[in-house]
Amino acid sequence: MIPEIGQFALILALSLAICQGVLPLVGAHRNDSAMMQVGNTAALGQFVFVTIAFGCLTWSFVTSDFSVLYVANHSQLSLPTVYKISAVWGAHEGSLLMWILILAAWTVAVSRYSSELPEAFSARVIGVLGLLSIGFLLFALLTSNPFDRLTPPASDGADLNPLLQDPGLAIHPPLLYIGYVGFSVAFAFAIAAMLSGNLDQRWAKWTRPWTTLAWMFLTLGIMLGSWWAYYELGWGGWWFWDPVENASFMPWLIGTALIHSLAVTEKRGLFKSWTLLLAITAFSLSLLGTFLVRSGIIVSVHAFATDPTRGFFILGFLGVVVVGALILYAWRAPSLDSDVGFALLSRETFLLLNNVLLVVAATLVLMGTLAPLVIELLNGGKISIGPPWFEVAFLVPMIPLVLLLGLGMHTAWRKQDTRPWFALLRIPAIAAVLLGIVLPLMFYGRTGLLLAVGFAAALWIIATSLIQPIRSLRRKDGSAGITRSALGMSVAHLGMGLFVLGATVTSAFNVESDRALTPGESIDVAGYDFTMLELRNVEGPNYSAIEGVIEISKDGDYVATVRPQKRQYLVQKNWMTEAGIYATWNKDLFVALGDQLGNGAWSVRVQYKPMIRYIWFGAIIMALGGIIAVSDRRYRLKASKTSKVSGTAAESA
Amino acid sequence: MSRYVLPLLAVIALILFLMVGLKRGDPRALPSPFIGKPAPQFELPTLKDPSATIGSQDLEGNLALVNVWATWCVGCRAEHPFLLELAARDSIPIYGINWRDTRPEALRWIDQLGDPYIASGFDGSGRVGIDWGVYGAPETFLVSADGVVLHKHLGPLSKESWESDFVPLINGGGAAQ
Amino acid sequence: MKPRQQRMLAVGLAVAGVAIAATFTLRAFQDNMMFFVDISDVIAGDYPKQRNFRIGGLVVDGSIEREEGSMDLRFRVTDMNCELPVSYVGVLPDLFREGQGVVAHGRLGDEGVFVADKILAKHDENYMAPEVADSLAKHVENKTTPLRQGVTECVTE
Repeated sequence: MIPEIGQFALILALSLAICQGVLPLVGAHRNDSAMMQVGNTAALGQFVFVTIAFGCLTWSFVTSDFSVLYVANHSQLSLPTVYKISAVWGAHEGSLLMWILILAAWTVAVSRYSSELPEAFSARVIGVLGLLSIGFLLFALLTSNPFDRLTPPASDGADLNPLLQDPGLAIHPPLLYIGYVGFSVAFAFAIAAMLSGNLDQRWAKWTRPWTTLAWMFLTLGIMLGSWWAYYELGWGGWWFWDPVENASFMPWLIGTALIHSLAVTEKRGLFKSWTLLLAITAFSLSLLGTFLVRSGIIVSVHAFATDPTRGFFILGFLGVVVVGALILYAWRAPSLDSDVGFALLSRETFLLLNNVLLVVAATLVLMGTLAPLVIELLNGGKISIGPPWFEVAFLVPMIPLVLLLGLGMHTAWRKQDTRPWFALLRIPAIAAVLLGIVLPLMFYGRTGLLLAVGFAAALWIIATSLIQPIRSLRRKDGSAGITRSALGMSVAHLGMGLFVLGATVTSAFNVESDRALTPGESIDVAGYDFTMLELRNVEGPNYSAIEGVIEISKDGDYVATVRPQKRQYLVQKNWMTEAGIYATWNKDLFVALGDQLGNGAWSVRVQYKPMIRYIWFGAIIMALGGIIAVSDRRYRLKASKTSKVSGTAAESA
Repeated sequence: MSRYVLPLLAVIALILFLMVGLKRGDPRALPSPFIGKPAPQFELPTLKDPSATIGSQDLEGNLALVNVWATWCVGCRAEHPFLLELAARDSIPIYGINWRDTRPEALRWIDQLGDPYIASGFDGSGRVGIDWGVYGAPETFLVSADGVVLHKHLGPLSKESWESDFVPLINGGGAAQ
Repeated sequence: MKPRQQRMLAVGLAVAGVAIAATFTLRAFQDNMMFFVDISDVIAGDYPKQRNFRIGGLVVDGSIEREEGSMDLRFRVTDMNCELPVSYVGVLPDLFREGQGVVAHGRLGDEGVFVADKILAKHDENYMAPEVADSLAKHVENKTTPLRQGVTECVTE
């Protein structure tokens, strides 16, 4: 009964999405206010019904209704309840439903907080979002229905993939999707602007907070995925340049460029075609990412179960959406060019470089991800592009970017006088270079070119990010100090600096050692002694495990005890590695059990990872910067349906 | 003007390329081995009764389906309802090869989910699977009355693939082609 | 700076950036592309010399040899046609076992043994690396007799 209600709710949601997609766009074209307003109501209705559907699916999981095929395939009676809930979005059909739900939620949010936008414009935005909803709902109902029945019902389920039975990985998809789907708002704003022919600074102003919010969630989602991979996969790695990881990283890179490009468009009315194109591209990459993961075209341990039919549907949808948007772009963009100029030394220049470098980076990642496919289709054999290539390729645009970052932050719009600029920045620059060479030597015993560059870059970014906030604190008069926007920027860049620091140090100085250990034996890694005290069996709610008790000491002093486990989950019989990690403010000590070697010995993976937590901490600070920026006063408004500004009045502003 | 059309052209190229990639990558389009060749000889203890056996000689005389399955295989669970449906129609006998599995698990599966098979051979070690060229589950073979492999299906059997791949061969008189 | 000059600057920078990136990356591409080679091709001598490459297939039943307490491992891998011995020292992935698919990175060493520096097995029972699946499917066609352990009735061109 409940699954049928869920399915029916989805069908109702689809019909509402059709209203929401068509009527406001027609209404905007005809200047028909009633039609335009329908969009808001339809969006709300769609959200309600999608929520009902999602609720029905969740209910089916929580009550272990194995007459639903999706539940039978991904749950189990002994699965802890919290994972029964997270199993809802643990595979293709359910995660697609979550995507639809998040899209509906963003749409309602945009509809509520659009009082400052011209009516026709916000109607178009809602309309475009409605068209996207139609596509996804059709995809779900036609090819990926989560409510399909299993007759006869199974008496117990196939269990959720143990890899997903983890708190980190439970929140990772929702955060990622809020980010991916959030870029559809920027996309819709871009389409609306192109349809209306009006792409002014107000448009940029109102697109910014939505984009920054989406970007923020994507940052957190990616960060969580990386952190999870580190502690759950047992290899001690935090980024593998896996196609699915790349699929989330490319929209992030373009999204970052978009946020910065929007700043220029808002402030100076420039870069309009860049901004449009970036907005289209960010969302297109989100769609592309979904395609790569769900179609089976690129196989990765991350990917969902493959089905080419679904792949064709997504590809078709992707084609329609992106080609449609780019046709609009080719039509409208030529008339957007501005005559306003800027000096060579100006913030505009730096942000232009920023755009270019980020696009180059994203292109390189895309090339590396698709290259195996291209070469295979050209009958060049089956190849794989490994992390070494990505690392080099990615650094090529990134190193200039991080260096320019510090400069650009303190460069004025339009034209910057060189003298005060040099005066401000030369001390941090010199200090960063010197410390970049000296500090690694002091703390870790050696230095090298790439290492020094990375370290110096990190310190450079951190220092330059702190200049403005510190100055504003020192201001003695009652002036405003620093705006939230500027503070957000500084904080986000600071986060970036911390990230670069963590990535540089851990890449340069991490020590890995795979050794055989028997209870009583001890090995030395990076100056720490790891002694295996014992191996014992432990039982969990739906798994049984072998646990190693490893004591860590340094120069005879006790440091910590870690308990890495090798778990076998009861139903799927998969083996899972739970690493034992001892984390401090400046390093992690990572121990994972390998496999049984006989004679009581186990192979053990021991790693010393300095500063690795700064990678994720830096990402969190970046996201924090995003929130601060979004909370800026000029975005405050009342969520009101009554104060809709009429089209004509706003156009003249 | 051209630089504004460039992104559009690039995207169209990308999509065409991905379309080709999808078509090529379809596992169901992989070359099917053994077509037209005699099915490998085998004899296995049955799942339910280890003392009884099932083998090639049992397949002779009738068009038959041989389905390779295991309890650890999610795709097998997905196709199971359809197998039950096929068995209920009673138009073609279905024999199972329980591949690389454990007896108690397999028996429990049959018990819980239903048994579409005339009988299942227990191939715990996977030897027979290797002879049949099986490297993943599920796989389903259509074997003619005189023991020739007419078709091999990789992955879960669905109504669509049954209609498009198996039915024409069955209706074609089961002649080896 | 006039808009026209700005545009030229922008385009120039972009082109320069792409050119530099392209040069670096194409060079690195060559070094970092790792080819997947069918076991039968390795036996036939058709594999990249002097570089790492990937092989994949099924771990032959009964072929895993590991001394008690040691991390040195030897086993044989098959593509349903030919068998290749592999040696490896290190931690094994969770799902490495006989009869399962495996992918290894490394190079062919002395005495025709593939020296692996990395072994990848699957994350769950249902996932088989597509290169391995394709390789197996291709060679299963060549099978005329059932594969018996140790018998390398190996069809190479």
